[in-house]
Amino acid sequence: MALTEDNNERRPTRAPLSDTLWPALKTAVRTLSSIAVTLLGLLFITFIIGRVMPIDPVLSIVGERASQSTYDAVYEQLGLDKPLIVQFLYYLWDVLHLDFGTSLLNARPVSEDIARVFPATLELATLGILFGVILGVPLGVLAAVRKGSWIDQVARVLALVGYSMPIFWLGLMGLLIFYGILGWVGGPGRVGIFYVDVVPSVTGMILIDAALDGNWDVFKDAFSHIILPASLLGYYSLAYISRMTRSFMLEQLSAEYITTARVKGMSEWDVIWKHAFKNIRVQLITVIALSYAGLLEGSVLTEIIFSWPGIGSYITTALLSADMNAVLGGTVVVGLVFILLNIFSDLLYKVFDPRAK
Amino acid sequence: MMSVLLDVENLWVKFPTRQGVFDAVRGVSFTLGRERLGIVGESGSGKSMTGRAILRLIRPPGIVEADHINLEGVNLLDKTEKEMRDVRGQRISMVMQDPKFSLNPVMTIGDQIIEAYRLHNSVSKSAAYNKSLEMLEAVSIRDSERVMRAYPHEMSGGMGQRIMIAMMLIPNPEILIADEPTSALDVSVQRQVLDIMDKLVKERGMGLIFISHDLNLVADFCDRVLIMYAGRIVEVCDADKLHDAKHPYTRGLLNSLPRLDAPRDRLEVLQRDPAWSDAPSVSGRV
Repeated sequence: MALTEDNNERRPTRAPLSDTLWPALKTAVRTLSSIAVTLLGLLFITFIIGRVMPIDPVLSIVGERASQSTYDAVYEQLGLDKPLIVQFLYYLWDVLHLDFGTSLLNARPVSEDIARVFPATLELATLGILFGVILGVPLGVLAAVRKGSWIDQVARVLALVGYSMPIFWLGLMGLLIFYGILGWVGGPGRVGIFYVDVVPSVTGMILIDAALDGNWDVFKDAFSHIILPASLLGYYSLAYISRMTRSFMLEQLSAEYITTARVKGMSEWDVIWKHAFKNIRVQLITVIALSYAGLLEGSVLTEIIFSWPGIGSYITTALLSADMNAVLGGTVVVGLVFILLNIFSDLLYKVFDPRAK
Repeated sequence: MMSVLLDVENLWVKFPTRQGVFDAVRGVSFTLGRERLGIVGESGSGKSMTGRAILRLIRPPGIVEADHINLEGVNLLDKTEKEMRDVRGQRISMVMQDPKFSLNPVMTIGDQIIEAYRLHNSVSKSAAYNKSLEMLEAVSIRDSERVMRAYPHEMSGGMGQRIMIAMMLIPNPEILIADEPTSALDVSVQRQVLDIMDKLVKERGMGLIFISHDLNLVADFCDRVLIMYAGRIVEVCDADKLHDAKHPYTRGLLNSLPRLDAPRDRLEVLQRDPAWSDAPSVSGRV
């Protein structure tokens, strides 16, 4: 009796579940179909590129001195006698089964190669972007809040250097100073020669594999190898992220709702982080996602200087040896990364901006 | 004799620029009791700057100088920034022009009102929630529970401004500065918002500084009016005697308004006299 009395009528009420479930389901379906369509477009483009390249795929397999009958057999085996649309469908079918063909350089399936090189890039890029975000965002906010102060000037010079110094020069100087002279970090490569293939490959990312295996010697060695290239990539993205953060923040700090927050009697720290920063999250996500995607594409120069067996140097090597299967396979993976990051940032928008709902 | 809440003496607001120091407010003095004090003037006359200077909200490089800005006898200029935070919101509050910009677009209205209350009252979230609902009802918002969950972009201008008023009055301040509170609203809801503000200010015995460029509105709504021109007060008068104002600037403003009862083919154009801006400021003290 008295227990059933509703004395909580002023509690905030929630919308019924069915009202929130349906739109969520619709959004999911829409998102998935947009991924499918974009992916189809991407595959179509890579397929066309593969066909218009002035490289004869048959010749690069059989060699120049093969007989006409061998040539014809391979020609047929590759399905090149079929109409283009049928070839495209074959290609689609293969890609959906993660079959990108065989690398002409090492005669291994391209998918195996990618499974080996992509985690290396993923590891490097993730550490780099973490570095860039953790330092770049606070630096940008600080530069905006103390606009015109020495902090702002230092941040500006730092970013300018990051933008304009060629990354290969910074990489070489870094290696010379921190590896060659000071000996603080490991040299090129992912781990020292003694630690190669010591821990079983689970994720392909040595830091994680070593941690999973509990082998902290390998972890330390791998960390000393990755820290320099990761800082370099991080510095590069820090330059961009901090400048963008600064300009986003400046725009918000001059907004009238900031005055409202101050009128309320709020501390400057809360005004900055609870009010202004909340409003730049969406823009910041775009910037960070794009930087991350750029790093995941493989920073060719960094990977070459540090002998990092990542996807950037893989695609470049393949391109220079006319290994089209490897190039196209790598391109599809990079494209897929861009698509997924885009979708992910779109989803985050909806979480952070009520107006996007 | 009316008790004095706020006493401003010789207030200056200066902005250093490359071309020298620009004085936005030049030696303004006035007092405010538990009354409705109007400040009128054209754009750039320094009326908004006066309001913001009282709350010490002029950001560097802007400089606020005054002999004193006394709030019930205590000089606000002597306070540290931290002590000022206890004044803002709790003792002096401000409603700005356009609720579209003065509410945080990514926070729910409920969170913003609750925050305003909890900054100055250490109470539980649910107590603050209930208090916020009461406050929303006090500014005639029906369906207040839904509004608490809503975001500013889902509100109309009139509702937004009533929410602003609720948010700024919830810590129960003694003085409200209303900086053009109805200029961004449709004419049809202006009156409603003003009436609500008036009622709350009267009930709570607050002092109101009403900043506006609308002479007729101020004449209707306020007790006393300061007319500002080029950073100075050129005339002070009772609101109901505004139409008998003597200063040529005030007269010029009044004459340039169209009147229903005395239509004219051509409205007068204000002829500015450089001497007005050089004349010393009139005191608005009672």
